[in-house]
Order: sequence, then C-alpha cells, then structure tokens
Amino acid sequence: MNQPTHYRWLHRFAILTALATLALIGIGGLVTSHEAGMSVPDWPNSYGYNMFSFPPSRWVGGILYEHTHRLWASMVGLLVIALTRWLGGRASRKPLAIVGLLEMLAGIVIFAVLPKEKATGGFLTGIGGMVLLAALVWVRGEPAPRPLPQLGWITFFIVQFQGLLGGLRVVLYKDQIGIFHATLAQIFFVLTCLIALMTSRWWQQMAFTNHKSQITKAPLIPSLSSLQKIIFATTALILFQLILGATMRHQHAGLSIHDFPLAYGKLWPATDPASIARYNEHRIEIMAINPITAFQIQLQMVHRVVAVLILLAVGWCAWKSWRKFSGPLAKISAFWFCLILCQATLGAATVLTNKAADVATLHVLIGALSLATGAALSIIALRFPHRAAGLSPAESVLSSVSSMDLKGAIEVGSAGKMPAAR
Amino acid sequence: MKLSFALLTAIGVASLAQFATAGDITGTVTLSGTPPAEIPITPLNNDPVCGKMHNGKVTTEFYVVGANKELADVIVMLKGVPAKSADASAAPVVMDQKGCLYTPQIVALQTGQKLVVKNSDPSTVPMHNVRINPTVPANVDASTGKMSQPQMSGGADLTYTFPAAEDFMKFQCDVHPWMFAWVTVVDNPYFALTGKDGKFTIKNVPAGHYKIVALHRKAAPKGIEKEIDVKDSGATADFTIEIK
Repeated sequence: MNQPTHYRWLHRFAILTALATLALIGIGGLVTSHEAGMSVPDWPNSYGYNMFSFPPSRWVGGILYEHTHRLWASMVGLLVIALTRWLGGRASRKPLAIVGLLEMLAGIVIFAVLPKEKATGGFLTGIGGMVLLAALVWVRGEPAPRPLPQLGWITFFIVQFQGLLGGLRVVLYKDQIGIFHATLAQIFFVLTCLIALMTSRWWQQMAFTNHKSQITKAPLIPSLSSLQKIIFATTALILFQLILGATMRHQHAGLSIHDFPLAYGKLWPATDPASIARYNEHRIEIMAINPITAFQIQLQMVHRVVAVLILLAVGWCAWKSWRKFSGPLAKISAFWFCLILCQATLGAATVLTNKAADVATLHVLIGALSLATGAALSIIALRFPHRAAGLSPAESVLSSVSSMDLKGAIEVGSAGKMPAAR
Repeated sequence: MKLSFALLTAIGVASLAQFATAGDITGTVTLSGTPPAEIPITPLNNDPVCGKMHNGKVTTEFYVVGANKELADVIVMLKGVPAKSADASAAPVVMDQKGCLYTPQIVALQTGQKLVVKNSDPSTVPMHNVRINPTVPANVDASTGKMSQPQMSGGADLTYTFPAAEDFMKFQCDVHPWMFAWVTVVDNPYFALTGKDGKFTIKNVPAGHYKIVALHRKAAPKGIEKEIDVKDSGATADFTIEIK
C-alpha cells in the first residue's frame, strides 16, 4: 500500500503539533514548579501590553515562565487550527469560516461594547481572523479518513477552551480552574498523539489489511481480551493519577510530605490537628509556603498508592504481552513499563529533592507521555488486537476456535448438527 | 488670676489621673525547643539581578532566635478590648521592597492605619507585583482593585488600609515568588512586635483585667493566650512558645 505524499506531510505536521503540545505541558510545569502562575496578572494582555509586544526586558523572575507559556500556547493554537484544516480537507472550509467569522464578530462586539474588555475583544478578533484565514486559503484536498477530521475538530475546540481556561485561571485567580486546565492539557496531548498515530503509514497499513482480511471478526482469545481490559483500566488510572498530581501542584503548599519511602517516618502518617500543627512548625519552604493540611497529606499518600498500583498494572501488561504475544503490543508495553519505572523514580526524586523545579517538571512530562502511551496502546489493542499481538490470521482463527464455549459446542453436537468437541 | 490658677491645677490633676490609670505591658518571648534550620533562598541567590544585591547567601527567616532563645517577630496583642480603629492622622506603617525581599517580613498595624509599600529596588529589577491575600470579607471588599498591583522600580508607593482584624495576611510578589510578608491587622491600639531581643512593650494600657495573646507565624499561628492584670504601674507578661 503506497501512502500518498499528502499524508506523509500531514503525519509529520501532526507529530510537530504533538511535540509542541508536549513542550507546552513542560513549560506549564515550569510555571507551576516556579509558582509563577500569577506573575502576569492580566490576560490576554501582559501588564497592559499586547501579549505579542510585551518587551523582553521585562521577562524577569516568574514572568519569563508565564509569558513564554502564553506565547507557546498561542503557537500551539495556530498549529491546531492548521491541523484541523488539513485533516478536514475541503469539507472543513465552510465550518471553519463560520467559526472564524463568529469569533471575529464576538470580538468586535466585545471591543465596542465593553470598554474594560477591549483587550479580550481584540484577542478574540485576532483568533477569529486566523481561523478565517485558515478557512480561506490552502487545503483543497479530500478529508483524511474518519475519525481524523472529527478528532481535528475536537482538538480545535479544546485548544480554544484551554486558552480561555488559562486566562480565567489568571483573571479569576481560581486554583480549581488551574487543576481543570492541567487535566485538559493532558487529554489534549493524548488527542494530538492519537492524530499523529492515526496519520502514520503503519496505522494506515494496519487499517487497510484489517479491512481486507476477516481477522477482525475472529473473537478475542481470553488472554488477549483480559490484557486489553487491563490496558484500558490502567490508562484510566494514569489519567486519575495525573488529576491527583495536578491537584497537588495547584495547592501552592509545596511538598506536604518530605520523606520517602516513609511518610513522616511512618507507613501512613498521622493527620490529626496536633500532628498537622507540628508538621507546619517544622516546614521551611521558600516559595510554596501555604501551611499544609490533612487533606494535602492524604492526597499525596493516595498519589503514592496509585503509583504503586500503576507500576504493578503496567508491569503485568508488559510481562503478559512479552511472554504470550509479540508485535507492537509487546514492544509498546515494554516501552510503557520503562516510562512508568522512570516516572516512579522521578516521583521519588521530586520528594527527595524537595520538589526541585526541573525534576518536578520532568515528572509532569513523563506523566503526560505515560498517559499518551497507554492511550495509544489502548486504541491499538482495540482496533487491531490480533495484529498488535503479533498473531497471524491462521493463529487468530485457531485461537478463536480453541476458545469456543465447550459447553455450547457439546450441546450443538448432541443435537446432531455438529460433532461434539472432545 | 485665681481662676487661671484653679484651672491649671484642675488640668494638671486630670493629666496626672490619666497617667495614673494607664500602664505599659512589657515582657519577653522565648522559644522552647529546637527550631528547624533555615534554608538558603536558592531562586533568589541564583537570580542574575536580585542575587547580586546581597553579600553572601540569603536564607529564610522563619525563626529569628537570639542566643538565649529570645524570639523575634512575635505579635503580642490584647484581646477582647473594645474595637477602635486608628485616627486618620496616625503615622503609616512602612514596608519596603529591597534586594527582592520584603523588609520587614512581619508587620502589625491597627485597623484604619495606613500601610505604605515602597519599592526601593534599582531599575535593574524592572518591577515587583504586590499581591495581597486578605481572607476576612471586610478586608477583601476594602481591597477591591488592589489585590494585585505592579510596582515599577522608582514607582509610586502603594497604600492599603484594612477595616477588620486579621492575622497574618499574606503579601507576596508574583514576579519574584520567594518574596513574602505577613501583615497582622489588630482592631485596637494595644499591640507590639518583639524585637531581636524577644522583648516587647505595649504602651498606655488602661488599668484592668485583659486577655493577652502572642502569635508567631510558624510556632504559634493561632496564638498563645494569657490573662493579665494591668495596674497603674504597668504589668509584665512573658511568653514561652514551644516548638514540638
């Protein structure tokens, strides 16, 4: 199957978007690690300047991280607009034009009617202009195969909503919005990775051969079916773990537990008011200086317990798929396990280095990669279970026969329609 | 002439009576137990501009303890006395930003009294951004539009007043995330801060029976309370704050 050149470049562009998103998550991690989320107190302007003309001489202290995050996010926004247009082909032209015009119109109305929100109006008009520009020029080809255009649209709306959430986090000064912003960033990264995966030559070949063969109709052998379920569940658990991590980062209380593997010298630390008061008396923090609470200690303990569960689950997946299967499932599972080992080490290092900014940020990045790997593995295991497991069509059919319900076969045989299985 | 003499005598007696019914509360606050070691403020020390403004490594100052365990930065105040805000003419309390640090880091003032925040840093530090974190609703309302204010080098002073009592309101610089100060607002004029010798003096307290509280941001954030009788000659109240 020869892949058209068009797709090759689309795939490369999707990889670029995914990498830019990963970098954006990293810069976001630096923002929280350096407690710099509020270093630029206005949005979409920066200290009254248009975001894109804020003088570099003022990018000092935490401003450097926060302002870079804003500019990088704007670039990712542009990449996603282009990706949506590319994935949607000529069919995306009209809806993009409508969305762009509506955003421009809304921006102009805000600019004219709300004098205090002129910057917001201008910013929205600018975004709408870019969307409209993407609609008017460039791609005239056919849309990419389903569900890629749909995924493109989802990322398109998420990236705009993400920008708004980031702005509201600053303007409203709500940590809860920050937690949601961080979680949605992880989901957005997963989507960009899936687009990159599904535009790849490998995926298209798998889809093509899958379509031609009858292999997909063969029922899953029990071991593959159970592996598939564990992969899904573990990926969901990693997402939960990342939400816990985001919640911890947005408490602005630094580390609630300073030792590892024990916690305040115990397997499970005391969290009664007297103990919390004692912990706070002895905490010396530089930046995240809010007193810690029992909730924050319990949160970190749950984070540790879930980390162990993830390590065991991914280890089980890797061991099972390496031992019983071959092909991409085994290889990606092994890579996944390496990532999780690395992530667990970074988690311990985050505590032992008193949450050093670079270590904590790397922990966020590997967390994002772990989720994306789990999601990719899940979708591969769902879409091409037999091929991903390295089973040939013949093996799949044989394995499906061997997994037939024996009782049902005997019943059928006794009715004289089919020989009973022995 | 006789009338003037009588008037002067009456004024003199009244003044003496005024002094006779008010005394000073003095005392010393000491720390019991071993405080945690202070740590270097690494981001400040590594900052290419702010770090150069200090000789040597700057460390945190959560526990300022003297040779004989005298504890500085403790706020001692009377509780349960009728609330009274400062007069408009009261001298403001000044807090400066110097070398990318707040000076002082622990501040106490009366309700209605002005707090002036200066920026004495040179132009090599382009700006600070003062964010305040009041939690008492009346102080939140009074701070509308002042929650987060950029202050350029050499820029105008920022002024705050708070109408309600609040302990340890956090001030911070959002540009330099290691910069913090804690402002305690007291709703009466009877309070003092301990110096490096751990000593404090609350002046001109009318004679009577009071509750007196000592607060330390780390070791006693909710305060240690005592009862005290203030006589014409004043009173003494020593505190020992224990770190467990």
